[in-house]
Amino acid sequence: MQETETLFTLEKSARIPKLVADLYDHMPAIESDRAVLLTESYQQTEGLPIIRRRSAAFMHICSHLPITIRPGELVVGSNAKTARGCQTFPEYSYEWLEAEFDTVENREADPFTIAEADKERLRKVHPYWKGKTTSELAASIMDSKVYDVFMNHGIFTVGNYFYNGVGHICVDYGKVLRIGYEGIRREAEDALAKLSVGDGEHHRRYHFLLAVIESCNAAIVYANRYADLAEQMAKEEKDPLRREELLQIAANCRRVPAKGAETFWQACQSFWFVQMLLQTEGSGHSISPGRFDQYMYPYYKKDKDAGKITVEEAQELLDCIWVKLNDLNKVRDAASAEGFAGYGLFQNLIVGGQDENGVDATNDLSYMCLEASIHVRLPQPSLSIRVWNGSPQSLLLKAAFLTRLGDGVPAFYNDEVIIPSMMSRGISLEEARNYCIIGCVEPQVPNRTDGWHDAAFFNMCRPVELVFSNGVDKGKQIGPKTGELSSLDTFEKFYEAYKTQQTHFIEYMVNADNAVDAAHATRCPLPFESSMVDECINRGLAVEEGGTVYNFTGPQGFGIANMTDALSAIRTLVYEQKAYTLCDFKEAMENNFGFGLTGKAASKATEEVALALAEAGVVLDEEKIRAIYTSVTTADTIPADKKARYKKLYEDIHALRKYGNDLADVDAFARDVAYTYTRVVEKYKNPRGGQYQAGLYPVSANVPLGAQTGATPDGRLAYTPIADGVGPASGRDTKGPTATANSVAKLDHGIASNGTLFNQKFHPAALSGTAGLMKFVSLIRGFFDQKGMHMQFNVVNRETLLDAQAHPENYRNLVVRVAGYSALFTTLSRSLQDDIINRTEQGF
Amino acid sequence: MAENALSRVRGRIFDLQRFSVHDGPGIRTIVFLKGCMFRCRWCCNPEGQEFEPVTLKGKDGKERLAGEDITAGKVMELVAQDAPYYARSGGGLTLSGGEMLLQPDFALALLTLAHQMGINTAVETTGYASRETLARLLPEIDYVLLDIKHMDAEKHMKFIGKDNKRVLENAAFIARHAHNLVVRVPTIPTFNDTEEEIRAISRFAASLDGVQALHLLPYHRLGSDKYAAIGRSYPMGDLPLLSGERMRRLLEVAEESGLPCQIGG
Repeated sequence: MQETETLFTLEKSARIPKLVADLYDHMPAIESDRAVLLTESYQQTEGLPIIRRRSAAFMHICSHLPITIRPGELVVGSNAKTARGCQTFPEYSYEWLEAEFDTVENREADPFTIAEADKERLRKVHPYWKGKTTSELAASIMDSKVYDVFMNHGIFTVGNYFYNGVGHICVDYGKVLRIGYEGIRREAEDALAKLSVGDGEHHRRYHFLLAVIESCNAAIVYANRYADLAEQMAKEEKDPLRREELLQIAANCRRVPAKGAETFWQACQSFWFVQMLLQTEGSGHSISPGRFDQYMYPYYKKDKDAGKITVEEAQELLDCIWVKLNDLNKVRDAASAEGFAGYGLFQNLIVGGQDENGVDATNDLSYMCLEASIHVRLPQPSLSIRVWNGSPQSLLLKAAFLTRLGDGVPAFYNDEVIIPSMMSRGISLEEARNYCIIGCVEPQVPNRTDGWHDAAFFNMCRPVELVFSNGVDKGKQIGPKTGELSSLDTFEKFYEAYKTQQTHFIEYMVNADNAVDAAHATRCPLPFESSMVDECINRGLAVEEGGTVYNFTGPQGFGIANMTDALSAIRTLVYEQKAYTLCDFKEAMENNFGFGLTGKAASKATEEVALALAEAGVVLDEEKIRAIYTSVTTADTIPADKKARYKKLYEDIHALRKYGNDLADVDAFARDVAYTYTRVVEKYKNPRGGQYQAGLYPVSANVPLGAQTGATPDGRLAYTPIADGVGPASGRDTKGPTATANSVAKLDHGIASNGTLFNQKFHPAALSGTAGLMKFVSLIRGFFDQKGMHMQFNVVNRETLLDAQAHPENYRNLVVRVAGYSALFTTLSRSLQDDIINRTEQGF
Repeated sequence: MAENALSRVRGRIFDLQRFSVHDGPGIRTIVFLKGCMFRCRWCCNPEGQEFEPVTLKGKDGKERLAGEDITAGKVMELVAQDAPYYARSGGGLTLSGGEMLLQPDFALALLTLAHQMGINTAVETTGYASRETLARLLPEIDYVLLDIKHMDAEKHMKFIGKDNKRVLENAAFIARHAHNLVVRVPTIPTFNDTEEEIRAISRFAASLDGVQALHLLPYHRLGSDKYAAIGRSYPMGDLPLLSGERMRRLLEVAEESGLPCQIGG
């Protein structure tokens, strides 16, 4: 088949590369304006109900936050003066920021600059917030034992919403496009007029509706400031073309989002104000545009049919929005930044799929959204594509083409699993068909769900450690006593002990999440966000107070692959072959299977030993510290015979059959292991009257939480990363992508209705030419036919292969294919590896 | 699938590779049958040449035995694991080797079982067998990928160890009876990488009745590690690869034959 790539790409406008270059010409900065304005407003509204204080603060911010139109922009609105700059949100938490003022610029994950003047302004306002933040309230509501486990034992973390806003929502963008904030304000005014003073809920509803009205007004005020600025800039502009653009921008901002959009350009502008103001009101991330191709399409079609816009002009506007989605930024505390590394705001935008009636909904904009990602090549939006049996092959081919570029987008989602999965949570067929994706991988009914999708990360590896320690961690009995190892004389008893430990800490996690949930309702309800979410106005309640239709809490479990392999290893080696005892395992794991530590873990361990010695009065010089480090990295304090025993166990574990190789019995067990998490989680309720639903993925928390986890019985070394998503543990799948996908498909994805995540590495040779793209689409289709839920791809590039040469242990599963020949990359000789690297560069 | 007479047929394989995307249409699983009558110097599967099992010693010192006796039913159980991908991509089973023609009963059992399971079949072959054997197998083969390496008998003998008479005669027979036929030319420096040699092969291929396409497979030395692993020296030494430019020129020459041609499978 002939290559048809030229059909895939429209010429991109010269404006776009300039906008992108401007965005990335400096390190992002932390700005202090919002924090100062917020504090000023709060100081003036002490006596008012919280919801009114929130809208008053939002009005104050919208009226005074510095505004800027960057050179060449067609769609305007930035909540920071500098590109990719960010504001701060002290109402959620602030101590960490002040503590990190001097390190945030040099940290590894997501560094930011901060000017001395901004530090000063923040230092001045922060004392006001002492005792007033959501995180402080959450900590005080939380059970004290739970708080200790959350803060000190690394079994689960609810840190995301503990320190930050919740976000994770898809509001009714379409409604703002149709009726504007004047229309929404009218709805609130009507509800207000109907309100009876004798209503037992009057005090809540009355103030909530006033807050909605004020928030709508705030958005209109903000847009008008941009209209004024654009007019003023037009006056000073020498270039007549740019002057025209600025005048049109001014006219657009005058019209939207106050009123409904009349043109596609206005629809783009209106969309953007919604998107950026949501991220000015609260600090939550994963504010997801959802089914953008659906609610934007009527405006495109109208202009296109009337001959008012060309495809190229519409494409340029989309490209501009794509750039703007990368302009928004957020600073997180150092630990969270590692868990969400990459400055990601997870603004998930999804195309394709079915409409409410079960008919394919793909339209021209679906293709143009893919095109925008091809043009812009930036991390945001988190572009997704819905796949079902009726998806046009041409859309999937274009998506595959984008995948081959190697940016990790789009992610593919399976309607055939997600729709029934959502219906199992009480969602109607029509609503489920209209799902979108929030953040990373979380399905949601747009406009009417408070999903709390990133409620927590639960490390499924830690309960097994607690079985070995009979519930003790860091010298403290934090878990139930599941018995001395000698009493666990059958595998069933061992597995039961694992489940008991896990269930105990799931309940702790629920307590922690519910405390945080209640704190947000009490201290940070969001009237602006709530104005665009179904039922809030009717019920007179903010989203955070349970105002909308669907209320979930979705905490993620991760480590299924490790625990499947770990529990299998114990079953086989201890209970079936009786080759080792549980004590052998325990001793070997405590000694990291005889291996030394590497990287950060080694530095940390050295520091701990040095501190302990110093406390004991030992005088340390550089040489002694170096000796400690050497011993930590080489494990040379372990006697040789013991070391050999540990390593023998390590090798015996690694010789066992592993999850990820399409082995029916192993994969069936993995399904069961996943149930130890998913089936327990769904029993719980949250304070908004909704249900818990499990997800199975760690985002990138498998790395920082792995760094707090000792060696595990699957032969995973201490403090190394835990398996990513629902995929196999690193390097353990060796049978190629179809075998790996088949294993993953054997998990029950339907029950994990908060989402699952399956990453695959891909060598571009397998995708070359249109025929390659078609095979790639078939791989996705084949996985989805077997009820897989989500799939995304990292295309292997030169850098990956160089890294594989340097760290072969992380790439044992990396298969390279060249013209019918295929091999595990790391088993090849150096010169052949070099051959392959050179071929990769040529794109084969 | 329940056991039957075909599924009990035993044969010897040395590898099974899933998600193969360059050997026949769609996503395929290649089963490598052990034993070959040719000794091509550039062979990238030297461990498959002898029928007897061979021990490979990896660079990590670990040993692996190439050569496993297995029933056709067991092989097809493994092959069927990727059935969803075959259905979506038009892929299926490919028999390779070694040379599958050396184990005709086993090959026939695999091909027939595949068809009973609704899986399409392809073979990579030298075509070096009796007419009777070919006649038995061809009805169960959906795609034949036939190697034609050289038109000159002497050079064929020198680099491969057998003359090309039978290959060329059988090529005509296969062309008449195959459902789909692609001729593949491993393009090897010092062996057949001149314009004259490629021209001769492609003209011959075009003269056959029913050849759908011709693929030039550029020489690679990715099998060279395996020679060391089985204690042999690599017969091609450090002969350089053919450049992309050179391959494109040879492609142009091949295209003169009028056949649809491409580089790679």
